[in-house]
Amino acid sequence: MIHLITEVSRLTFIIIFAIYTYDCFAALRVERRGDDSTRLYGRQKAMTYLFLVNGNLLLFLNTEEPKIFIMMLAEIIFVVIAMIIYNKIYESASRAVVNNMCMLLSIGFIMLTRLNQAKALRQLLFACVALIITCFIPLFIGNVKLIKGLKLFYIVAGILLLGIVAVAGGTTYGAKINISVGGIAIQPSEFVKILMVLFIACMLYKDTSRKQVFTTVILCCILILILAYSRDLGNAMIFFLTMLVMVYATTQKPVYLLGGAGLFAVAALVGYAAFAHVRTRVIAWKDPLSVVDGAGYQISQSLFAIGSGGWFGTGLYQGMPKRIPVVETDFIFSAISEELGGLFALCLIFICIANFLMFFNIALTIKNRFYKIIAIGLGALYASQVFTTLGGVTKFIPSTGVTLPLISYGGSSLMATMLMFAMIEGLYQYRGEKEEIYETETTRYRQNR
Amino acid sequence: MRQRQRDTDRTDEPEQKGKRRRSLNVEASVITYVFLALFLMLIAYFIYFMAFKSEDFINNPANPRVKGFEKLVVRGEIQASDGTVLARTVTRNGKEVREYPKGREYAHVVGFNSNGMSGIESDKSFYMLRSHAFILERVMNDLKDQKNPGDNMVTSLDTKLQDAAYNGMGSYKGAAVAIDCETGGILAMVSKPDFDPNTVESNWKSLSSSEDSALLNRATQGLYPPGSTFKIITALSYLKNGGKLTDTFDCKGSYTQDGYTIHCYGGEVHGNQTFKQAFGNSCNVAFSQVGLSLPKGALKSTAQEFYFNKRIPADFSNVNKSQFTLKSSDNQAMVMQTAIGQGNTLVTPLHMALICEALCNDGVLKTPYVVDHIVNDGGSLVRRHSGSGQRICTESEAHTVRSLMRYVVTNGTGRVVNSSAYTAYGKTGTAEFSSNKNEAHSWFVGFAKKGDKKIAVAVIMEGAGAGSSHAAPLARKLFETYLR
Repeated sequence: MIHLITEVSRLTFIIIFAIYTYDCFAALRVERRGDDSTRLYGRQKAMTYLFLVNGNLLLFLNTEEPKIFIMMLAEIIFVVIAMIIYNKIYESASRAVVNNMCMLLSIGFIMLTRLNQAKALRQLLFACVALIITCFIPLFIGNVKLIKGLKLFYIVAGILLLGIVAVAGGTTYGAKINISVGGIAIQPSEFVKILMVLFIACMLYKDTSRKQVFTTVILCCILILILAYSRDLGNAMIFFLTMLVMVYATTQKPVYLLGGAGLFAVAALVGYAAFAHVRTRVIAWKDPLSVVDGAGYQISQSLFAIGSGGWFGTGLYQGMPKRIPVVETDFIFSAISEELGGLFALCLIFICIANFLMFFNIALTIKNRFYKIIAIGLGALYASQVFTTLGGVTKFIPSTGVTLPLISYGGSSLMATMLMFAMIEGLYQYRGEKEEIYETETTRYRQNR
Repeated sequence: MRQRQRDTDRTDEPEQKGKRRRSLNVEASVITYVFLALFLMLIAYFIYFMAFKSEDFINNPANPRVKGFEKLVVRGEIQASDGTVLARTVTRNGKEVREYPKGREYAHVVGFNSNGMSGIESDKSFYMLRSHAFILERVMNDLKDQKNPGDNMVTSLDTKLQDAAYNGMGSYKGAAVAIDCETGGILAMVSKPDFDPNTVESNWKSLSSSEDSALLNRATQGLYPPGSTFKIITALSYLKNGGKLTDTFDCKGSYTQDGYTIHCYGGEVHGNQTFKQAFGNSCNVAFSQVGLSLPKGALKSTAQEFYFNKRIPADFSNVNKSQFTLKSSDNQAMVMQTAIGQGNTLVTPLHMALICEALCNDGVLKTPYVVDHIVNDGGSLVRRHSGSGQRICTESEAHTVRSLMRYVVTNGTGRVVNSSAYTAYGKTGTAEFSSNKNEAHSWFVGFAKKGDKKIAVAVIMEGAGAGSSHAAPLARKLFETYLR
């Protein structure tokens, strides 16, 4: 009987999420025309609640633990509060951004409860704390003087944090990524990412002379080299791509983009020649089954899961996602694809695409140059992280072990991503405003037509 | 585009140090499109993986999920083409066990499902544990918490042909393979010595350590010296490099070059003969000279076009690569030996059968398969094997070599398979495998047709001696059985 309900719900999950995904892109189109998209966003909200109910119902049927219902209630309350904050309190915030944030978090909640209830509970707590902290961000983001004034702090704090991890951090899967503070493992790189975006924006929003660009790049490269030294190759790549995009955007010179791509190729070749752990990953990427008992174990397990799930998935609790190492963090996409189906996973990729499209869309509408640069930086950060992790677990690119924002388990990742989303929401409110603040520093200003 | 953007933006933008700056919208758009392109590639790859590559991973023995399906589904049957059950799951003492009604006869091709898996049991495990039973039946089973019946694998195996091959091998070690040339479907596949798949678990210790490796499927994994059957490849290479059927050779029974002497089988002296006659007589002297006359590397490139040193395309696993190792630095003795199929060349029986299959098909190699279609427990079709093939030599090359192989049957060493009931083509082989010249493997490879029915075979009997006296009679029996 449970099996039958599970079979049927494989389809309901996909239908719910497909409607949600359709609405997401429909809203983008409707807004471009300037029409009202409230109805679409309303239906998206309904789909999010429906997904939570459907998911928790299945979790209960399979575990028969009443506390699942308490979790469900908490999750629904969480979504309701998030909606109130970004729909009612910040009236002009982007509904699309908050809807997607809640949907992705919900998928994470359901999948984590299926994989590890204790971690799911902690994730829910992290999300609540993060929501409370980040809901003040849109207030502070208007204080440009403060943001610009902390320029030195960003880079010094970034280097120090990553440096401490490189020296004293704990090792997980060959990479030093976290540091334990009072019993809580913190992953500083998640936050340093945002610091780097702010730093580059502060450095280059006005002065893009060669000297300024090189100073910025060299300081950022220190961060990247520390990450590479800690063997956190995934984050090194994300930092590098984000830096490249921001330097290109601010200087408006494509030559930096090409030069950066060349530098990346050289770094990759040197890394491959010099480090055995880089070679191992490339071998595991090219033919994981040939080293299935060694370096290819993780990626093979991931592909076993994705492949066996097929387009419609096995249904919750019918697969074996726990066979994949670190499935709750880096490989949660494979677990989703296995049990909820390849079609569901495809919709998930589309939602991630919609997110970065929205980030860049917001960047386009912002008139203030400094804010525009921050929005571009955050968009690049999000897009490179999603691409690195999804590409890695599907064997499109070598796997590097990065979290999938908002879905993967992990307090630091969750907090940092919600910080990003809150910043974007904040920037969205200022999209119409001109550059008064920094115009006072410039010589002339022409009125917009 | 860029220039225009710059112009229109100019009026909107503040100036700084006398230099006009334009908005960053062009850059933001470029970045958006670059990321969008990356993600679309990722999506395309994901769809490609799901559609084409996922099977490699699903069916991998290291995938723990396949076993997990056994909790929900009763493993399906494996059947011969006429519906004869070759493997099924029965419940004994409340425990599900796999039963193989035909036992040893199909042991290698069907495989086993305990102490690891082999054969079809391994390759199609995933599909036997999927259920496409009628939807209401599945709903009822779910409601009653009963297992669903798994899908059945219907093979291309022909029971009469398998019987003939199995009995014909007698007590010889070796292998016999028969393939339907039109489709690539395996009609019979026997490997000896055999084992009883019903008792693999209880006999595991002795089976896995047995000296004659009974578990090995010699048809697909056995690497044998091809002996004179390799002259098919040498002849093809000779014709590709300007040789003619009418070229003449003088055989004095032996041929010495660089201090190495090649003898003809049984000390025969063939005298003056054309290339065609030399092939028919399987004349070692003539083929040594042919080998030496070929440009360096020519034989290797022909061999590789015929899948030596390459993974043979097949819809089943555990197929070994055949080996051709002749290098341009090798001496003339090695060239001569390689040209007549001795040397270091090693080939699987399946590979030799496939070469014949391709020659029968005018040069197109049909990918071999053994599971023809999958049906649900009620017999409704779930999916059918879709054949594929690739050309490995030209039609005229195939025709010319065919005429040589026809000559072997009508006038040469393969006369024993000649019959008025069908048209047969072939090549015998007597492969020495040790320093003792009296010990040799007996080979016959070839094909035969009657009307629309075409069958390619490869037979090897270890240590049986001349090809014409042991392997060829079995091939005749297979042709007679299939083309009656």
